[in-house]
Amino acid sequence: MKTIKEIQEEIIEEFAVYDDWMDKYNYLIELSRDLPLINTRYKTSDYIINGCQSKVWLNAEYNDGIIKYSADSDAIITKGIIALLIRVLSNRTPQEIIDAELFFIDAIGLRQNLSPTRSNGLLAMLKQMKLYAIAWQAKSKAG
Amino acid sequence: MSYDINKVRNDFPILSQKVYNKPLIYLDNGATTQKPAKVIEKITEFHSVKNSSIHRGIHFLSEHATEEYEKARQKVQQFIGAKNTHEIIFTSGTTGSINTVAFSFGERYIQQGDELIISTMEHHANIVPWQMLCDRKGAVLKIIPITDDGDLIFEEYEKLINEKTKLISVTHISNVLGTLNPIEKIIETAHKHNVPVLIDAAQSVQHVPIDVVKLDCDFLVFSGHKAYGPTGIGVLYGKEKWLDALPPYQGGGDMVENVTFEKTTYQPLPLKFEAGTTNYIGAIGLAAALDYLTETGLSDIARYEHELLDYTTKSLLETGYVKIYGNSKNKSSIVSFLIDNIHPSDTGMVIDKLGVAVRTGTHCAQPLMHRFGIDGTVRASIAMYNTREEIDMLCAAVKKVKEMFG
Ligand SMILES: Cc1ncc(COP(=O)(O)O)c(C=O)c1O
Repeated sequence: MKTIKEIQEEIIEEFAVYDDWMDKYNYLIELSRDLPLINTRYKTSDYIINGCQSKVWLNAEYNDGIIKYSADSDAIITKGIIALLIRVLSNRTPQEIIDAELFFIDAIGLRQNLSPTRSNGLLAMLKQMKLYAIAWQAKSKAG
Repeated sequence: MSYDINKVRNDFPILSQKVYNKPLIYLDNGATTQKPAKVIEKITEFHSVKNSSIHRGIHFLSEHATEEYEKARQKVQQFIGAKNTHEIIFTSGTTGSINTVAFSFGERYIQQGDELIISTMEHHANIVPWQMLCDRKGAVLKIIPITDDGDLIFEEYEKLINEKTKLISVTHISNVLGTLNPIEKIIETAHKHNVPVLIDAAQSVQHVPIDVVKLDCDFLVFSGHKAYGPTGIGVLYGKEKWLDALPPYQGGGDMVENVTFEKTTYQPLPLKFEAGTTNYIGAIGLAAALDYLTETGLSDIARYEHELLDYTTKSLLETGYVKIYGNSKNKSSIVSFLIDNIHPSDTGMVIDKLGVAVRTGTHCAQPLMHRFGIDGTVRASIAMYNTREEIDMLCAAVKKVKEMFG
């Protein structure tokens, strides 16, 4: 299995062919369609990460030392970016997620979509993904 | 004389720039307007050769700075037709002005069980300060409902006024719907019950001529940065009788006459409400902006912008898949819309990359979004320098969005 770093490099390569913003967005729209939808059971206010611009729902499950994320958004480009975040961080151990340094966002020019001022829920989602990892890490150590 | 749009555009240096290699189409004027060269030059000149603290020094620079600051106050007075110069208070903006009234009026007049009236279409700046006041005093906030077209329901407004009503605060033009509210009628009705009215003119002072004496409003507030002036400066107009009666909002230097540890006496108006070193350069820049509006002719600007608004509405509707929020017969400069059921954040992100600057989201008016059952809109807001070609580009961008998101 590829490392988090390798997957990020892979994504950067995929985006390298697009020099036009519209192409980049079209690709994100495509990715948003591939995102396994979150179980509607989790599409409630308990799982919502509220951004000013768009809503994001996130669920995490922990089995056999591995965290699996599922997520959704009411905005499509946001959903496309979520698909990338899940591809990078899902199916990993808590330690891998905690240690992950995400450089692909900058590299593919989506930095502004994760800036605190953009408040579209993505930054908060990323934080929440890490928090889940920290929580399960602590639990598994304690247990 | 016809409106010389080319000259106007040339007066705004920022407009000639490109973003993402495309000509900038700035349609986010409801958030803030760009500045004409005259304003920029005035501010630079002041910083370069005239800067000095006002009302304090007796030296050459200070006296001249004070003079210019007070001249700026006169310009504002003339611009909105106030009777007295001392009825013009400089603040940090609309938000600062409303908070001043909410505090000072609240301290003097509001008691438990009293009522205040605002409308469904208010900006958070004209909601939250009143909620805070209500929390402090145990007062109650009443809300004027609106129609699906975005008009205030006048009969409901009349029904809300009673002997407990102490103040009414409504926006002149909605920053989301563009509705131009019938404030003359609102004020007249309130005054029949001896209730004072505050007008939030943040979205109107730059678009329609205002005469506070004719309107007979008790307070009127606006921001410099939305009226082609600098940011960080705003105006609170209040009738002398109110401003005299109200206690100051903030304490500090400049607003006092005599200070001892036992007792402090305050300056008369307007300084009573201008504690500390004010944003005097902002005030002087704002005066330059108002001069610019007057020279260009506010009535001509209003006519030009209105035509452009009609053109925008018509062009967007012609696409067949745009829904406009705010369809009052009386509108100014603002069009809020959604493209089918495409999320406004998706729309905003794509059209940004096409060089079109609009605002997406709730526009600091969440209760209004709840009223329409939506999470947000895309808002194009027009200024004196926008053109039909730019609206065509907006519509082309809207078409592109529709293609991409289906
Ligand atoms: C109607 C209205 N009121 C108040 C405000 C607040 O203005 P400011 O942020 O300049 O204080 C705005 C600005 O968005 C507005 O549109």
